[in-house]
Amino acid sequence: MLTVRVRAFARMRELLGEREFDLVLPEGATLVDCWEALRTRNNKVDSLASVTRIARNGRVAALLDEHVENGDEIALLPPVGGG
Amino acid sequence: MSLFAIVRDRIDPRTLEGAVWSDACGGVAMFLGVVRNRAHDGRSVSGLSYEAHEAMALAEFASIAHEAGERYPGVRLGIVHRIGELRIGEIAVAVCAASAHRAQAFDACRYAIDELKSRAPIWKKEHYTDGTGDWVANEC
Repeated sequence: MLTVRVRAFARMRELLGEREFDLVLPEGATLVDCWEALRTRNNKVDSLASVTRIARNGRVAALLDEHVENGDEIALLPPVGGG
Repeated sequence: MSLFAIVRDRIDPRTLEGAVWSDACGGVAMFLGVVRNRAHDGRSVSGLSYEAHEAMALAEFASIAHEAGERYPGVRLGIVHRIGELRIGEIAVAVCAASAHRAQAFDACRYAIDELKSRAPIWKKEHYTDGTGDWVANEC
């Protein structure tokens, strides 16, 4: 098993109920598995699936089949609204 | 003061200007994004909350400044964004561009705020006077 640190922002944070939390995933897990685990916390995250970018260790992932590693930071980035 | 910052307290534009300006700069352009009392749809706004992925936002600020430097050689750029709870009239973001001449300062300032709004991992929640609130995404 491996543990990643999830950081959720804005509406994603509200849906998941916490700003930061750990997620335990099986070895070999990808960002798709990570998203599935988030859905089990609140399947309303689906409403943001098409517009939310996922960043692994500060870099936005181009593809969700990217593998995650123990200790990774997984940031959930809904559409931005700065300025 | 760093040229790029995420802060929780009041933004002082003059401090940013001082950090950006140099003896070679004859033009300084400053954009201030200020909390206003109406949403795009006309609803009455009582205040805003901002949050950010700070490390990624600062990296984005630096990328934007690097790009601005390539487009407008010699421009010096500073970007400060505030997070937390803001009231009407408070400054949410300050972008300052200094250059030898005004055209490049104006252009770089405009480029930086437009890119920040479309790219920086910063989020804004509008709080309305009726007690409701919504996260508002920028239209890019």
